[in-house]
Amino acid sequence: MFDRLSLNRRRFLKTTTAGLLFGAVPGLVSGRARAADGLTVGFVYVGPKDDYGYNQAHAEGAAAVKALDGVTVVEEENVPETVDVQKTMESMINLDGATLLFPTSFGYFDPHVLAVAAKYPDTQFRHCGGLWQAGKHPENVGSYFGYIHQGQYLNGIAAGYATKSKKIGFVAAKPIPQVLQNINAFLLGARSVDPAITCQVIFTGEWSLAVKEAEAVNALVDQGADVITCHVDSPKVVVQTAAGRGAFVCGYHANQSPLAPDKYLTGAEWAWGNVYTDFAKKALAGEKLGNFVRGGLKDGFVKMSPLGPAVSTEARNTFEATLAEIMKTKYSVFKGPLKDNKGNEVIAAGAAYSEDAIELESMAYLVDGVVGSAS
Amino acid sequence: MESTAIGLWGIPLAILAGAIRVSTPFIFVSLGETITERSGRINLGLEGTLVFGAMTAYAIAVVTGSPWLGVAGAMAAGASFGLIHGFICRWPKVNDIAIGIAMMQFGLGLAFFLGKPYIQPAAPHLPSIPFGFWSGLPQIQAALDINVLFLIGAALTFALRWVLANTRIGLTLRVVGDSTDAARAMGIDPHRVRLVATAVGGAFAAVGGAYLSLYYPGAWNEGISSGQGLMAVALVIFARWNPVGCFLAALLFGGAGALGPALQSVGVTSGYYLFYAAPYALTLVIMIATSSPNRPVPGMPGALSLTK
Repeated sequence: MFDRLSLNRRRFLKTTTAGLLFGAVPGLVSGRARAADGLTVGFVYVGPKDDYGYNQAHAEGAAAVKALDGVTVVEEENVPETVDVQKTMESMINLDGATLLFPTSFGYFDPHVLAVAAKYPDTQFRHCGGLWQAGKHPENVGSYFGYIHQGQYLNGIAAGYATKSKKIGFVAAKPIPQVLQNINAFLLGARSVDPAITCQVIFTGEWSLAVKEAEAVNALVDQGADVITCHVDSPKVVVQTAAGRGAFVCGYHANQSPLAPDKYLTGAEWAWGNVYTDFAKKALAGEKLGNFVRGGLKDGFVKMSPLGPAVSTEARNTFEATLAEIMKTKYSVFKGPLKDNKGNEVIAAGAAYSEDAIELESMAYLVDGVVGSAS
Repeated sequence: MESTAIGLWGIPLAILAGAIRVSTPFIFVSLGETITERSGRINLGLEGTLVFGAMTAYAIAVVTGSPWLGVAGAMAAGASFGLIHGFICRWPKVNDIAIGIAMMQFGLGLAFFLGKPYIQPAAPHLPSIPFGFWSGLPQIQAALDINVLFLIGAALTFALRWVLANTRIGLTLRVVGDSTDAARAMGIDPHRVRLVATAVGGAFAAVGGAYLSLYYPGAWNEGISSGQGLMAVALVIFARWNPVGCFLAALLFGGAGALGPALQSVGVTSGYYLFYAAPYALTLVIMIATSSPNRPVPGMPGALSLTK
């Protein structure tokens, strides 16, 4: 709420040192600083980069880029989705000489990335999410994203074997297509093990609300759910609270197994390292970067946490067989006949949406077996 | 399905459990602010103190392995924040509100800056007492697993009420809060009393922060409070500067906050944004019902004013 007022440490140091330099040695420093050879890549995060969640996943990707020869990485955390991010990006371009920028948060795109991209046509911007559209948005901008619902489907398989109450729980932030895909995939995974399983979902309404997330976990466990997963920015609180109540957990975004080693079954993680190093290598070689980059488990965009000690041999076999299947060909988690939880048919018998089906990106329903409301 | 689900009984249970689990930070911050405001000063910076207390407690608990040392450290940090606020506000023409907001920003910023390395490590949690041992139901056992700080908060509520009504310290505090001139005439130094009251208020608020990071939800991150410190300051007005009122208002807020998730968990799934707004709507209704344009808010300390 007060983010706009806060003075950012990095920017403060930049501005003051730059000011001092200009003042002391006029003419020595020209407008664009260094980075004559090699590549400078900028990463902007909306939260802290060690949050066991969304931002940590991106920061781990940035760390992989750092290991490349000839690449300098500049990062900034806790940048709100306001005009602040424009200042951060301009500072990375002008002061650090960054030519490839990854503003990682969903809300950075419009209008902030678009505004800065129009001003700096020689700089490349790649935004995480599905917002870039060919023809409508500038060519030096693009989007990348992963089919992480495949990971939630595998989470569901592990959960389906682990649950005794046949009731599993999902703590979700907001009912947007991305989140709904994950909830549905989690239940469908569990139902592939036992069709009697139901999934209770609780929406907290915000991406990061620690107390409400803890309350949601408690409410789910009180109602008998014994495996919990989530789609919030920082799953730390959900994982710790669920394990504290004796429920099993499936992770999301990053590997949370150190937080609950006995109760952690597996988790759907981002593997941004592959994606970012691929972008950086292309930029180093002077090749054209993709504008619309997508991938799933098979393409190395998403990975699974190692299976925990509570996973049975039977569960492990099914999990690994399904994973092998997904790695081999296009895999359809969503196939007909499929009804939503209001009784309407959403996918006709015989139809199947593979991971890259465009229909999935506008999902607005919860499937039969999910207790909750998408609106 | 096994008989682990408790159906609609989950709602009253969740409200009870939520009242106990979620209310503790509200109790401590609002008791602290009651002490400060009873001395005739407003400290709006308690949100910053709460978050800084949460960070300090977590960091100390991680380093030393003792959550109680963390609480003690948070108290010391909170008291220093209160001392700074109190010291600046003693000068004439200094506005408490502006200083409070500045101190809130300072506390938040410093907590974020110093708390960076402590987001990942796990700290030992504060102990709780299993009052639900008599029940076979795990839900009741979990709901009645009551943290020691909640009990301390409840005890402090009644102790504070007694101190304010029956002791010399309480009388001094009330005189300073009601009339600076009367206090001077009695030979009391109002500046000193307000300085101490603000420091004590800060220490209380920091304990609320320690509860957040060391028990429930039990992790340190930068969004841990999400405005609870500010709400607690508002609760003091809602509770008419009465410690017992603060305690009850905090319980009400905790219970109402648990309503949204609990209703969703039993299948009442539409309109959850509305249920999440329940505590605020309730506050508005009570404030409107009990206020009047013809008289000041009852219980308000005389020297307390928004403009100085």
